[in-house]
Amino acid sequence: MLYIPGNNPAMLQQGSVYGADGVLLDLEDAVALNQKDAARILVAHMLKYISYEGCEVTVRVNHIDTPFGLEDLKQIVPLQPNALRLPKVETVDEIKRILELIEQIEDEHNLPHEHMKVHVMIETALGVQNVYDIARYSPRIDAISIGGQDLAADMQLVKANDGVGIDYARKQIVMAAKACKIDVFDTVFVDVENEEGLREEAEYIKKLGFTGKAIINPRQIEVVNEVFTPTELEIRKAAKIVKAFERNKAEGIGVFAVDGKMVDAPVVQRALRVLEMADIDVESL
Amino acid sequence: MELKTKAQAGSFESSDVLILVEPVEKGAGRIIELKSIVMQQFGDDLLRQIHANLDDFNIDDVRLIINDKGALPPTVSARLETALKRAAQLQSGTLK
Repeated sequence: MLYIPGNNPAMLQQGSVYGADGVLLDLEDAVALNQKDAARILVAHMLKYISYEGCEVTVRVNHIDTPFGLEDLKQIVPLQPNALRLPKVETVDEIKRILELIEQIEDEHNLPHEHMKVHVMIETALGVQNVYDIARYSPRIDAISIGGQDLAADMQLVKANDGVGIDYARKQIVMAAKACKIDVFDTVFVDVENEEGLREEAEYIKKLGFTGKAIINPRQIEVVNEVFTPTELEIRKAAKIVKAFERNKAEGIGVFAVDGKMVDAPVVQRALRVLEMADIDVESL
Repeated sequence: MELKTKAQAGSFESSDVLILVEPVEKGAGRIIELKSIVMQQFGDDLLRQIHANLDDFNIDDVRLIINDKGALPPTVSARLETALKRAAQLQSGTLK
């Protein structure tokens, strides 16, 4: 998911051409305080004009308690991007208040409440402690993400880039998302020159269970896509497991072996997930 | 919309446009100074769009100084809207 600064016309108009799965039009941290009005108006016009075909479009608004948050909602909600990203959510009361405001704006414009999804960002220690209750508050919340830089600042960490200080938070957030069966996105990797570091971090967070990773530069797309796309070997193995499962199921066998390794329901489930990520229809096997 | 002060929006970056808005006396009309790197190809379209946007905001009297660096129509509309709202002191970002 590629972050695009909301006050940069050149990047906004080219956002979908780099091959990211989604674009995140940012009205928050990527915009200077004295340009918040300009960015909000620019993003609103771009949403009406540019087709981000093939890309999920998410807009990150400012926090509702800033002088910009409510105006962001009033301008962006009627345009119904695929999702709104809400920064620095800390409590259930807060998410309740913001969702009520969103629904009020949708009612004023005769819009349904189901179309636009909500992504919640967890960026403080308090948010980490409350993440499960926040994530399960509404079916509109279909993803959580961790904001590593803000979280590190809130935790008063001096060194943040090695990920050690936010490791507990990452795991807590993944667990909350999995319990709610929603997507979970990792924070950005700020050193755009360090491709190897990005790859290592992407591989690590994939192992933790993250669905994807936010990126701040088109150069980072290829690395993250490579890490998150199943390899040919993984796909072949998954296909073999699923085919064996279908054969054994017909004979009433629940546990069997493939290449000398035990296969049961959870293994089949993971294999199905690999095929899903590779866009392979199980029926076609 | 009543314009109260000078204001600007946009930048000299590629694909952007810098628009300066200045209130003028009633009856002075629309005084538009337009420079664009694509003047020859799109100058007339750009002017038409600026007039249509001013119509939308019911602004008949204004001075605009526009320096276009190849902005798309939504960028032109957005920057003009921002500059006008700043000039009308409807939102922050107004030039001091």
